[in-house]
Amino acid sequence: MTAAARLPAPAGASARATLAALPWALRVLTSHWRRRPLQLLALLAGLAAATALWSGVQALNAQARDSYARAASAFSGAQAPALVPVDGGPISQAAFAELRRAGWPVSPLVEGWITVGGERLRLMGIEPVTLPPAAGLAFAGEQALAGEAEDARAYPDFILPPGRLFLAPETLRANGWSPGDRPQTARGPLPPLAASSAPAPGLAIADIGFAQALLGMEGRISRLLLDPERAPQGAPEGWRRLAPEPRVDPGRLADSFHLNLTAFGGLSFIVGLFIVHGAVGLAVEQRRPLFRTLRACGLSARGLAAALAIELGAAALLAGLIGVALGYAVAAALLPDVAASLRGLYGARVPGALSLSPAWWAAGLGMSLAGAALAAGPALARAAAAPPLESARPEAWRAASARAARLRAAAAVATALAAAGLALFGRGLPAGFALLGAILAAAALGLPPLLGWALARAQGRARAPLLRWALADGRQQLPGLSLALTSLLLALAVNIGVGTMVDGFRLTFLGWLDDRLAAEVYVRAEPGAADRLQTWLEARPEIEAVLPEPRAETVVDGWPVELAGFADHPTWRSSWPLLSGLPDAWDRVAAGQGALISEQTARRFGLAPGDALVIGPGAPLEVAGVFADYGNARGQVRLSAGTLTARWPEAERGRFALRLPPADVAPLLADLRRAQDAGLAEAADQGEIRRLSRAVFERTFAVTAALNALTLGVAGIALLTALLTLAETRLPQVAPLWAMGVRRRRLAAIELGRILALAALTAALAVPLGVLVAWALTAVVNVEAFGWRLPLHLFPGQWARLALLAVAAAGLAAAVPLLRLARTPPARLAKVFADER
Amino acid sequence: MTDALADPASPALDLRDVRKGYATPQGRLEVLRGVSLTLARGESLALTGESGSGKSTLLHLAGGLDTPDGGEIRVAGQATSRLDDGGRAALRRDRVGLVFQQFNLAPSLDVAENLAFQARLSRREDPAWTAELARRLGIADLLSRWPEQLSGGQQQRVAIGRALAARPALILADEPTGALDEAAADAALALLLELTAEAGGALLMVTHSPRLAARLDRRLHLHAGGLAEPPAAEPAPGAVRS
Repeated sequence: MTAAARLPAPAGASARATLAALPWALRVLTSHWRRRPLQLLALLAGLAAATALWSGVQALNAQARDSYARAASAFSGAQAPALVPVDGGPISQAAFAELRRAGWPVSPLVEGWITVGGERLRLMGIEPVTLPPAAGLAFAGEQALAGEAEDARAYPDFILPPGRLFLAPETLRANGWSPGDRPQTARGPLPPLAASSAPAPGLAIADIGFAQALLGMEGRISRLLLDPERAPQGAPEGWRRLAPEPRVDPGRLADSFHLNLTAFGGLSFIVGLFIVHGAVGLAVEQRRPLFRTLRACGLSARGLAAALAIELGAAALLAGLIGVALGYAVAAALLPDVAASLRGLYGARVPGALSLSPAWWAAGLGMSLAGAALAAGPALARAAAAPPLESARPEAWRAASARAARLRAAAAVATALAAAGLALFGRGLPAGFALLGAILAAAALGLPPLLGWALARAQGRARAPLLRWALADGRQQLPGLSLALTSLLLALAVNIGVGTMVDGFRLTFLGWLDDRLAAEVYVRAEPGAADRLQTWLEARPEIEAVLPEPRAETVVDGWPVELAGFADHPTWRSSWPLLSGLPDAWDRVAAGQGALISEQTARRFGLAPGDALVIGPGAPLEVAGVFADYGNARGQVRLSAGTLTARWPEAERGRFALRLPPADVAPLLADLRRAQDAGLAEAADQGEIRRLSRAVFERTFAVTAALNALTLGVAGIALLTALLTLAETRLPQVAPLWAMGVRRRRLAAIELGRILALAALTAALAVPLGVLVAWALTAVVNVEAFGWRLPLHLFPGQWARLALLAVAAAGLAAAVPLLRLARTPPARLAKVFADER
Repeated sequence: MTDALADPASPALDLRDVRKGYATPQGRLEVLRGVSLTLARGESLALTGESGSGKSTLLHLAGGLDTPDGGEIRVAGQATSRLDDGGRAALRRDRVGLVFQQFNLAPSLDVAENLAFQARLSRREDPAWTAELARRLGIADLLSRWPEQLSGGQQQRVAIGRALAARPALILADEPTGALDEAAADAALALLLELTAEAGGALLMVTHSPRLAARLDRRLHLHAGGLAEPPAAEPAPGAVRS
């Protein structure tokens, strides 16, 4: 070689040459996919599925968080202090006028529920002139109404007939209404509807005059809002001052719910990336000779890398677009259940229709590109960087797989040890999820070496030559199948784990609910009407006991805690389940010395029976016992009704539990709802509450079940694509056997048997792994996320069903390539030998 | 042990008026236009011809890997045209040994298992004969190795052993030495001829090499869909009936 020949080409010339070669290189490289459309399908399906589930979950989270932000700034009428009569009597218009004249800056408010076309709406009637700014809606002349309507007539239109009814845009959309519509109610048409961002979703705001007519509360007021800036301390004589409801951010409460959704999305994303990794790995192996030829023809390593990156980027963009569109569909399908769960569990209103920002779409595409780079980048980079004279033969499988198996086994052991460490010493929700991740990662790493070991053992014992070949060949196929089997293992284990948790929860929750709802009827008085309702109830001969249940709310260390009072009655002593407690817990609570706290409260503050509980005014109370309070995102402290009302005079006293013969429940409820003077706000029998509670949890778990099924579906796709891509390379393996006299049908049966055996083995390993996942979920993640622990119930029937499903799915996935093999014409099989030359 | 199923009086291979064609974009291509030949037991026959002349097609038809459009094929007296797929598979398993250019060893089985594979499949394994084959083929020390750990010549010797282990009536070899250098090819062919004779079978070998073809008992040349004497420059005896 001359000195001149050794000189490097000028950088610009080299770059130009690379650029000029790119289209040609791309055309050659992409010809591979034209000839192997199934591989391309696997690559796109994997990326699209990964992006779809991730984007879908992110869409749900984004929608919910947007709603929380809106709710936090929306008007609910509860942010101002209020006045109610001490005697609990109704508030008249005259009383309002009298207080105004006496200098009290009060504003009247009515509230109640109306039903419009089957949809229940909370209606609030306000008086815009006197409404205090602290109520959360600076109404007259400021941004909420005037700013949005940008209409000088907004204020007169609101108070003059026919008035205006302000609704959140989501509420309008959800009901198919348009601004200006006047839907009918039992008491006449609503005022013309208008969209406003001021009310929270599900809340309607009208002028008090129209609201009173719609609620049948003419001349009556629910409460008088006080302007805290201008009002003197205390309350006028004959009135009681109610503190504003503590504001709790629903987003904070629902964080763990969203974390669970994100974990599912992340798992599906990883399973999808397995598919991509498998498809690209196979394509690299098959194109090694092509890479060598391209390099030999003068394409630089950089040029090859650029061509491969462009090819992968294009595939990722296409799959990303499909995935994001699918993600939108997934989110739209799941949103009603997610919204119902959030409403039921956390009181958070999330509209039932998706509205997503361009950033979400961009993020979905970004995830697809990032996922593709993560799953396929290393393999492509290695291939592009290989020297041109590197053997075009795929690496000897045995040496490669033996080395990989040893490495994976070592990594599996190390990850399992890390999981054990996290289980013993980990604290907090991130540690809980890290534990779950470590368990699943250890299993994913350990599965291929374990399957290889099992097949080797079986081969050692087999005698029949075909069986020995089938087992040996199975070991050879493992590297190509292991990713798909790993995703099947993970999906099955998560299904078993989550299924065990959900079914265990259902079992525990139903029994617990039966104990908790011991009284036949639960009623709630209108604000200020507690005494009136109690008097009405006590006059009813069929009611055996009227048990007051006063309520107050407080915030401890930023966490909302409900204070629930109860009367000392055998109803509670005999049926209220305690997880742990002092021997005389009930006596201590009845004597006003102790309190019962929920499991969440105990765990959050590290309290146990016998500890002192410092809460509210007065001396500390003793923790007398801890009770289970499944599904409650807030803390709860139960104490005697007398202690509660003495320490928290502003407590809501209008809740009662009623004991009466079951046969008398329906007539009593009918009478209660008819009685105008009873002061009843809400009444429900225990069956109804039970149904509602169950419905909330069923919908919550419907979301989990749907994500579960989708994850399993993605694993199914992984298996199908792995088998389809492997099938393309199978013909040269099986053709010699056919030539030696093994029938095509028998070969297909052997292939099927091997896939089924591998799937069954994987399913068998998924069972203990699933139980471990269930333990991690119930004993660690659930406790950290929600503050309560479930007993671990085992459901072998469910495992058997899932295992059968997995084997059936594997059989189905194998069916297409196997049918093709069984029907391969002899001429095509014979051609394998002719093609060798 | 010899092929117990075969009729000892019948030839190892008998082809009568065999025709085979394929549909191509340019129309139907008749590859074999009424080919007849007989191969007696213990005899060896080299089949030569240009690329695409139909040599491999004829070999595949003889081995029951493909079916003819017309004519009759008998292997050790058994008419293959009347057999279904399963019957042809059984015929290959029990009476035919195949040797391919690329050896086609099962990469998942070691040399010992590859060597005995077809004999075990047909339940005709004779450990003494298999051991003798291994010794004669020079692979006795390689029995525990894996195919990818062998050279091309060693792999082809394992493939020859596999084809002969069940003492089939007919050995069909398609360019068996095509992937080997000259010396290795000569050695492999010598072993193939010697051991086929010892096993009592007949050999039909497709080859491009006149030099190798000359070492077999007979030679035939396939041209324009029919069999002919090889070109004059390649003197060799042969019995042609078509």
